[in-house]
Amino acid sequence: MTVTDRHIPDRLQSPLQRRLRSWETLLLAVAVAIFTFNAFASPYFLNAWNLSDATFNFTEKAMIAFAMALLIIAGEIDLSVAAIIALASTAMGAAAQFGAPTLLLVLIGLAVGLACGAFNAVLVTVMGLPSIVVTIGTMSLFRGISYIVLGDTAYGGYPKGFKVFGQGYVWWVFSWELVIFVALALAFGVLLHLTNFGRAVYAIGNNATGALFSGIRVQRVKFILFLLTGLMSGVASVCLTSRLGSTRPSIGLGMELEVVTMVVLGGVNILGGSGTIPGVVIAAVVMGLVTFGLGLLNVPGIVMSIVIGLLLIGVIALPRLWAMWRR
Amino acid sequence: MFKRFLASREAILLGAVLILLALVAIRFPAFIAPANLANVFNDTSPLIILALGQMIVILTKCIDLSIAANLALCGMVVAILNVAHPDLPVIVTLVVATGLGTILGAINGLLVWKLTIPPIVVTLGTMTIYRGTIFLISNGKWVNSHEMSAPFKAFSRQILLGLPVLSWIALAVVATFAVLLTRTTLGRAFYAVGGNPHAAVYAGLNVGRTQFLAFAIAGALAGLTGYLWVSRYAVAYVDIAGGFELDVIAACVIGGIAISGGIGSVGGLVLGALFLGVIKNALPVVNISPFWQLAISGAAIVIAVAFNARSSRTKGRIILKSAEVAA
Repeated sequence: MTVTDRHIPDRLQSPLQRRLRSWETLLLAVAVAIFTFNAFASPYFLNAWNLSDATFNFTEKAMIAFAMALLIIAGEIDLSVAAIIALASTAMGAAAQFGAPTLLLVLIGLAVGLACGAFNAVLVTVMGLPSIVVTIGTMSLFRGISYIVLGDTAYGGYPKGFKVFGQGYVWWVFSWELVIFVALALAFGVLLHLTNFGRAVYAIGNNATGALFSGIRVQRVKFILFLLTGLMSGVASVCLTSRLGSTRPSIGLGMELEVVTMVVLGGVNILGGSGTIPGVVIAAVVMGLVTFGLGLLNVPGIVMSIVIGLLLIGVIALPRLWAMWRR
Repeated sequence: MFKRFLASREAILLGAVLILLALVAIRFPAFIAPANLANVFNDTSPLIILALGQMIVILTKCIDLSIAANLALCGMVVAILNVAHPDLPVIVTLVVATGLGTILGAINGLLVWKLTIPPIVVTLGTMTIYRGTIFLISNGKWVNSHEMSAPFKAFSRQILLGLPVLSWIALAVVATFAVLLTRTTLGRAFYAVGGNPHAAVYAGLNVGRTQFLAFAIAGALAGLTGYLWVSRYAVAYVDIAGGFELDVIAACVIGGIAISGGIGSVGGLVLGALFLGVIKNALPVVNISPFWQLAISGAAIVIAVAFNARSSRTKGRIILKSAEVAA
């Protein structure tokens, strides 16, 4: 809201300069620094299998973060993603009790994710409600249904073949989750940066009314984005459930915070309009390295969440403080 | 005048609360005995106090997700203080809790005001930071009833003129807010800043400063409730009031506080909180598992938001239909 006099440079920076000064480069430097620090801080860090384990810290969250990045760039948000994981996992667990085969379980997980996304999408785009409150509401609703179904019990007894998504390895140390993560990163990168749909997402985030008058079907694009976020939560739910091998109603509790942090850390403007998929990928790796490094140093999980919270505020606050100090 | 009241949200909510009470009373008449109703009110008091704080934050177009973590941190601090110095008078405890709460709220406010970081990001971050800090200062240990001094525990439960002190404090806060929001310039400023920030600037209001004050006041109330909560339940641990921020937001949304800011009344809010309080207290009476609670508040939020949008949409004339859809 404050009016700042923008400094207009005499000459545009060269593409190389622009790339060197970008958020992604800075983030990459941070990732390398943390990697180096961890390598010196713990003798167990530089081990192919340990590093492979470390990827599980971010792969599931990052799958959702890609879709969330698009949603936030378009000026909306979905805080119900962790609850969708719980509901999808509960549905898969219930089906597993009736002896459903692996393929059917996966389809059920994805379908529930898609259905939850569609529910959010209808409330936001068809009924025109603010996405923050809607998804705070559905966050309680979806997880609440899991609690009604499960109470203080848990589902287990998944078929053997179901294990592969969270515990299987494609080749050597490369897990299925890591492969899915890379494939999704490429798919979302292409979707956002190389297609008309991606341009429409940016246009909507910068000026929804302008986008509408340019012939973009604003509500339809947002509808699809909510569907995608729901679907990705379903994918993450399959992976997480498969990795844990059981379902409790508290599964993935608080994960929405980490997903949003990942997206914001990746340089996506929380108010919409800008951000890149490579940024989110690097942010995912940074967060994975931080959590893994702290874990090797025996730092308890709740202290890690403080670090995540500080990261979330810090990455936005520091550039602004820097700008204030320079003025 | 009377007709207008009948069509108002307050009347509809009052009707809903009365119908709810009547439904429970058909099977369990003892539920609406005055003594039990006083119990229900006392049980809902923390929710009412916190929701009033959240209300002014939402009025200024912000949101405070850290409000329950703030409560828990202040509660833990006074509990530890009490263990270390059992002779400390209750008034000192009250001042410490409220003061600390104000500081924590002011941190949110400063980040929103001075660095113009979106409130949802700020409070999502401080929520985990405050919650994690409780773990750091308590080492994850509980402060149990036998460790607390007798006056510390007795304060909130003392009966004055037939009602516990906790209820009286809630009533006092409600009365103060009714005056603050309708009879003071600060109260008008909260509405003005949220209703139309640009117009508020031209009217000579400092938008950021008003939002800062809203956060600080909400923090003060959270701190105060932190002590009352710990005193009433005579226990303090990391997860007290976990997820309570969702109930608080639900009370606001059900009470007709528009999440886009600038609309809402104290009367509606109190009824919204009581609506949730009656449900929460009636569930065990009618023999429904408490695991239904989360899903019910979630559904209530979604329905209330949809309802809010329907009722506020008639106001104002839509000149350009398609532009309205995009915005």
